Amino acid sequence: MMKSYEIVIIGGGPAGLAAALEAKESGVDSILILERDRELGGILNQCIHNGFGLHTFKEELTGPEYAYRFIEKVLEEKIEYKLNTMVMDITQSKIVTYMNKTEGLVHIQAESIILAMGCRERPRGALNIPGFRPAGIFSAGTAQRLVNMEGYMPGREVVILGSGDIGLIMARRLTLEGAHVKVVAEIMPYSGGLKRNIVQCLDDFGIPLRLSHTIVDIRGVDRVEGVTIAQVDEHMKPIPGTEEDYDCDTILLSVGLIPENELSNKINVQMNAVTSGPVVNESLETNIEGVFACGNVLHVHDLVDYVSEEAALAGKNAAKYVLGKFDGQEAPAHTVTLEAVDGVRYTVPKTVNIGRMADTVKVRFRVGNVFKDSYVSVYYDDERVLHRKKMIMAPGEMEDITLDRKRLQEYPDLKKITVKIERE
Amino acid sequence: MEKRELICIGCPLGCMITVNMQDGKVVKVTGNTCPRGEKYALKEVTCPTRIVTSSVGVSGGDIRVLSVKAREAVPKDKIFDCANALKSIKVAAPVRIGDIVLKDAAGTGIPFVATKNVKSGGTL
Repeated sequence: MMKSYEIVIIGGGPAGLAAALEAKESGVDSILILERDRELGGILNQCIHNGFGLHTFKEELTGPEYAYRFIEKVLEEKIEYKLNTMVMDITQSKIVTYMNKTEGLVHIQAESIILAMGCRERPRGALNIPGFRPAGIFSAGTAQRLVNMEGYMPGREVVILGSGDIGLIMARRLTLEGAHVKVVAEIMPYSGGLKRNIVQCLDDFGIPLRLSHTIVDIRGVDRVEGVTIAQVDEHMKPIPGTEEDYDCDTILLSVGLIPENELSNKINVQMNAVTSGPVVNESLETNIEGVFACGNVLHVHDLVDYVSEEAALAGKNAAKYVLGKFDGQEAPAHTVTLEAVDGVRYTVPKTVNIGRMADTVKVRFRVGNVFKDSYVSVYYDDERVLHRKKMIMAPGEMEDITLDRKRLQEYPDLKKITVKIERE
Repeated sequence: MEKRELICIGCPLGCMITVNMQDGKVVKVTGNTCPRGEKYALKEVTCPTRIVTSSVGVSGGDIRVLSVKAREAVPKDKIFDCANALKSIKVAAPVRIGDIVLKDAAGTGIPFVATKNVKSGGTL
């Protein structure tokens, strides 16, 4: 007979761990975490720099320390988990197929599934850089794992393409390990990385950041021997005559993250084209009943604290689902749609069932540009109900607003909540 | 009059702050939008510090690299000395988070501690 669990969590990173703990706290004992790596903690294990947990623990921890705060509790609570275990398939009837070295291929039945698979880095193939395919080209995260977990240096003379935070962190890390990071090229006119990382990872070590620049050629056949970077115009096309050559043996790519939703697609989870993650409701439930999503598989976060908070909500709601508390106790269903317009790229969640929502629901979103001295506005149909001034909003920093159930209940005919940025 | 230019790291605004100094003392801070900027600038021009994180080797455990951090902030001009002092260190498993791996990094008096647990009995 197939073994069964009430909640199966796919992924043992920060999202999976927080979801498991909250599900357990909410009264579910039959929980299984499936993790493909050799340990729990996910990406935090390779993020050995500090700055994690300021919101959650009021102190700055390194990635492994932050992860351990959760792992410790998972062990204490005796929540079951499997390492070195890859989930191969899930079905709409919630059969999960996984594989590992000791058990082989196994099918289990879940009552609820929490998707917590995280994201992966955009690879070179997605970038259309001309040139050969020599060794020495790494994604920044791969280099991070090699240096911080496996103990290998990817190279000595380094050029970094993209100024995402992982690229910036790796510029400092490789410098401290004795490499020479020559330049960071960023195709956009601004960096997507945190100011703190620009200052402490580049400026501190005199590493130049070239905005509106990209790699136009990679030299070398067996191993990278050099790159050519050039300035780009407003359409991101290289400007002839601006080329500069750098000799290097290594190129790191820090050019964005993509939620890892191959499994979600197998059960036809409805996806959001902007986030590349599932469309979810106020309970972080996908269009497939009993399947929840949280963390970077839902939308890429910049702070792990927000991942933990969001995942705890998914865990709590998965518990409610299996304990049958979603039905019967709530007011009649009244579902409204959230619309992201005028500078707001998306919202998570996308719909809110006022009859089922908690007292408050946090709506997270990102803006599409840098906005100074602007307002976050929320409209209930045509009535503006929130108009909050923000000194600065940037694409790299997730924003949020909070919806209040009592207030929403005052609008029985409400159909649409609009979130937008207004100049005044 | 000496002039120092800084980018504030307090928020995405990233204010360009100018600090005017005379005889090593701050005379005027301009360009900041909020008090956090001034506080940051004063610290940055008088005694800039950073939490240095790095890794050391570990033997007899289930992993081969141990992540470490400075228990207190390190003066900025000692970052490389600290990183270099860690390079020759190899500790033996088991290790617990918070265990000291280096008592006094490069004469700063600042200890470096483990940020990860390592179980013993591994083959690495």
